[in-house]
Amino acid sequence: MFRYILQRGALALAVAFTVSLATFFLLNVATDPAYAIAGEDATPEMLAQIRETHGLDRPLASRYFDWLGGVLTGDFGESYYWNKPVAELVASRAPTTIALALSALSVTILISIPLGALAALKPNSWADRFALGVAVSAQAVPNFWLGLIMIILFAVTVPIFPVSGDDTWLHFVLPAFVLGASSVPAVMRLTRTGLIEVMDSDYIRTARSKGFRGMPLLTRHAMRNAILPVVSVLAVQLGQKFGGSVITESIFAINGLGRLALESILGSDIPTVQMLIFVFALVFVAMNLLADIMNAALDPRIRIG
Amino acid sequence: MTMTDADPAQTDPTQPHAARSAVAATDDRREALPPTPRRLALTRAYGHGGLLIGSTIILLLILTAIFAPLLAPHDPFAQSLSARMLPPVWSEGGNAEYLLGTDQNGRDYLSRLIYGARISLMIGLGAASIGMLIGVTLGVTAGYFGGWIDHAVSFLLTAQLALPGLLLAMALVFIIGPSVWVVICIVGVLHWTYYLVVTRAATQRIRSLDFVAAAQAAGSTPGQVIRHEILPNLVSSIIVIFTFELGIAILAESSLSFLGVGIQPPMPSWGLMIAEGKQSMFYRPWLVVLPGLCLFALVIGANLLGDGLRDVTSPDGRN
Repeated sequence: MFRYILQRGALALAVAFTVSLATFFLLNVATDPAYAIAGEDATPEMLAQIRETHGLDRPLASRYFDWLGGVLTGDFGESYYWNKPVAELVASRAPTTIALALSALSVTILISIPLGALAALKPNSWADRFALGVAVSAQAVPNFWLGLIMIILFAVTVPIFPVSGDDTWLHFVLPAFVLGASSVPAVMRLTRTGLIEVMDSDYIRTARSKGFRGMPLLTRHAMRNAILPVVSVLAVQLGQKFGGSVITESIFAINGLGRLALESILGSDIPTVQMLIFVFALVFVAMNLLADIMNAALDPRIRIG
Repeated sequence: MTMTDADPAQTDPTQPHAARSAVAATDDRREALPPTPRRLALTRAYGHGGLLIGSTIILLLILTAIFAPLLAPHDPFAQSLSARMLPPVWSEGGNAEYLLGTDQNGRDYLSRLIYGARISLMIGLGAASIGMLIGVTLGVTAGYFGGWIDHAVSFLLTAQLALPGLLLAMALVFIIGPSVWVVICIVGVLHWTYYLVVTRAATQRIRSLDFVAAAQAAGSTPGQVIRHEILPNLVSSIIVIFTFELGIAILAESSLSFLGVGIQPPMPSWGLMIAEGKQSMFYRPWLVVLPGLCLFALVIGANLLGDGLRDVTSPDGRN
């Protein structure tokens, strides 16, 4: 077990390092940040001056290691646009996005697991078809559009939830629903197939012969085994919620990391954008590692095999 | 499968004996052979509701995109200050000249929606093709050669999955400068993982089969084996992934355009139209609702088509 965690941890570190390298080079080599700062009609002199003030005239490798060294010591650089340390910006906005991501994940769980169980109870029944329909629709609906439709509905027709801002928990209901909806298809399908598979196994036949039927059999006996892969997928989905917050936060005017990312991009603030991409990737890597460890802890076949 | 094979040969008690046996004699001979994969796929396709709906939607939208100049009642770029923000024909103040109303600049909304199909499909097809090229190349190489190449490709996959795709695409499109081609390339370059995962696993499975060993023994080079033995067996799964990726790429483009870092005005991209309509969505909801419905229809069409093709072509697919 310990060896397995060590292995996975080393892989996660290597991935984090590669991602930092890829992000840095994509944003600094594929494109010239000086152009992004100066705008389209910049003169060569202006560009040269920008390169000098931001230290962009130094060799790439030394800039990369400076940046990486800074990241490791907690210095994420200085934002061009906000004129503040990037670390301060990220720290002040992170709690909002963490709250949003966690509430979105709760919405996903509350919708997809009961729906998956309902579908698995009787495959090919109307309930199964309904669940499949929900999954297919949720997969095809543009997330930002779903958000706007929610705003139109709840602001005009049934004004229960506030549609913009992040002051109270009520403000998080609609954004969490929109952000959570995007994970419903994956989690629902996995719950359904997992349950159907487990319902075929010997111990369920035994439980049936002892008189268990329907939902109690499903929830008390089958769910325990079917839920394992679902839990690890949920961890991965939580990691993706941070990247997904860009759209939701900009629609519902929530001052989190996602909105910060959009504003920084539109303000050509490369250091902030670079750091946010790296932070989101780190969250994803960490969630994957967590999922791997959870899986190994719960299922001995993984850590031994 | 076995059920449908047996059916035609089964006795129908309502039919007179003599008449039945004449028909059954020819039927028996044909049905004695297992159905060819093509026939099996066609039989399955015929009864697959999702596949029929999906392919109808996609076909209609492709035709709309191709014949946009013939179908659109107006020029999608022509502004008319006297006809700004007209409602659709069914609501009060609607005008039969502008069936779905007009936008903030007095441009005919129906014509813009029709031309929007072109942008969505072009970007979807382009990006899904670029992703296919990258993903299939990596997947087949990793699956065929194994060893350190496989490890390297798997590592690349893990790293790519960790990157926040939308955010990276936004940043890159914004910095490089938004245009249709930039959006196609960036969305394509960021969406190859699904192709890789599937083709890698399939190649690993196929390369251990006898006909591959036979080709190798006959002196085929790895390139020849991949081209003549492995790729032909991957075509159906690649097509299935392509249809799913088509939907994913279309959604990615619409998100980018909606956020202002994709297709730029005055192009009629559905995502951009939603962003433009957002300003007045409480008074003129159709400006937001209609392009969203178009996107929804196109993506659900692609997904149903993908689901259907998978069911129909996979050996253990559902009937």
